[in-house]
Amino acid sequence: MVNLIESLGAYAFSRVFSAGRLGLFFVYAIRGIFLPPRKFWSTVKQIQFIGAKSLVVIGFTAAFTGMVLALQGYHTLSKFGSEGWLGSAIGLSLIRELGPVLSALMVTGRAGSAMAAEIGIMRIEEQIDALECMAIDPFSYLISPRFIASIIALPLLTAFNDVIGILGGYVIGVGLLGVSGGAFWDGLTSSVDWSDLYMGLVKSACFSVLIALVCTYKGFYAGVDEGHFGPEQVGRATTEAVVISSIAVLISDYVITSIML
Amino acid sequence: MSTGNLIEIRGLDSFYQSRQVLFDIDFAIPKHQVTVIMGVSGSGKTTLFRHLTGLKRTGPKQIIIDGEDLGAFSETRLMQYRRRIGVLFQSGALFNSMSLAENIAIPLKVHTRLAEETIRIMTVMKLNLVGLADFCDYMPSQISGGMKKRAGLARALIMDPEILFVDEPSSGLDPITAAGLDRLILDLRKTLGMTAVVVTHELESAFQIADRMVVMDQGRIMAAGSPEEIRNSTDGRVRQFLNREADPYRTGLDSYYERLFEGKGH
Repeated sequence: MVNLIESLGAYAFSRVFSAGRLGLFFVYAIRGIFLPPRKFWSTVKQIQFIGAKSLVVIGFTAAFTGMVLALQGYHTLSKFGSEGWLGSAIGLSLIRELGPVLSALMVTGRAGSAMAAEIGIMRIEEQIDALECMAIDPFSYLISPRFIASIIALPLLTAFNDVIGILGGYVIGVGLLGVSGGAFWDGLTSSVDWSDLYMGLVKSACFSVLIALVCTYKGFYAGVDEGHFGPEQVGRATTEAVVISSIAVLISDYVITSIML
Repeated sequence: MSTGNLIEIRGLDSFYQSRQVLFDIDFAIPKHQVTVIMGVSGSGKTTLFRHLTGLKRTGPKQIIIDGEDLGAFSETRLMQYRRRIGVLFQSGALFNSMSLAENIAIPLKVHTRLAEETIRIMTVMKLNLVGLADFCDYMPSQISGGMKKRAGLARALIMDPEILFVDEPSSGLDPITAAGLDRLILDLRKTLGMTAVVVTHELESAFQIADRMVVMDQGRIMAAGSPEEIRNSTDGRVRQFLNREADPYRTGLDSYYERLFEGKGH
């Protein structure tokens, strides 16, 4: 019984400790944005890595998502003779929901995992210690540029995702299934308004912070709790970063939707 | 604090979670001299190294630097202290995504407003010091482990630190490169009056460079003094270390069987 209470206490303590450390990590990362060293070029480099290099994978995902939405939507709407609303259905689904979520999940898988692995390797190879010993704040030097880049890149990728997805839906809906092009665009433009775009933007901005936070945090503390610094710890940190980021994106998606609807 | 000592370690205890790894460590690091911390693997050398470089939190009044308590340093004061030190890590700790020149230029780019050209010249000078001037634009993945370590030393020296901390300078290096590093440390002490703290388990290298030596075992100081005093020590454990004798426990068929079945309920 005493053992049980002891282990429960130890577990609770470690959870509270981790939550506190995550909170401090976030504060230091945000503070680092405003502290030296200058981080223009390192941020541009990260935007290229997180944003530009994700374009192909996001483009493919978006195109096929739009195409599948067109197929599914057409078959459902045709039962009610409302094929003309296909553009509206695709537009709203993508802009409000699928665009931000799919972009976030793709960025997590491609760039978030790489961020966690790269920073994790820096941890196990003493590079983060070396930065500290050079009197360089590792948050400002390593973490903050990734935060800024993520916040800039993900909403842009989401917009790109929306556009490609709608075009994919248009190609299948209008080109293959014979929906009127005019009806498609009319339905889209009449039902999608600024509040939908705003919701998508808010979601992607929140997801970008979550992904950057979880992935850099996991990499930064790879092996620290175990006290062992090896490839296994980097592998575990990377896996945890992807899993936790993905779950956090999906949960926060529900929360943001319920607040904004 | 006596005038000759730059760092004083007073009764330092250290823990990893609940496990104590350093016990009442007490010694001083004199100015302008090379202090070598020796000991077998797991003796606590690296933990001590992490305390001295501020990477591991230190309790109050356990490490005194120039009369100031390292344990009470604010974040800003710790940064100021770190600008006075240069640290060479065991692996070199170079950034894989940057060339050697870029790696070595990091402190200059962050802490100074020097022109690119000046930074480049200073970088080449430091790389020349460690014999790597021809490898400025190589990536760390393109050079050997020994070269990485030498490049790491060039980076540690780029800001002309007052104190140089070196973790295992000779490990993984061929004898000629290791001797070159030893000579470089001695030259730095002689020409610039640099204070050096070297953590090593390489006996030959240690006796070559040390002005003062500290021998550690199982988190405690076994012996401290000049190289001559250490060489003449009559302490059994120190003699065993110096004579490179294996622990008695680790030899013999019986103890082998004992270890083989250890923890298996036999």
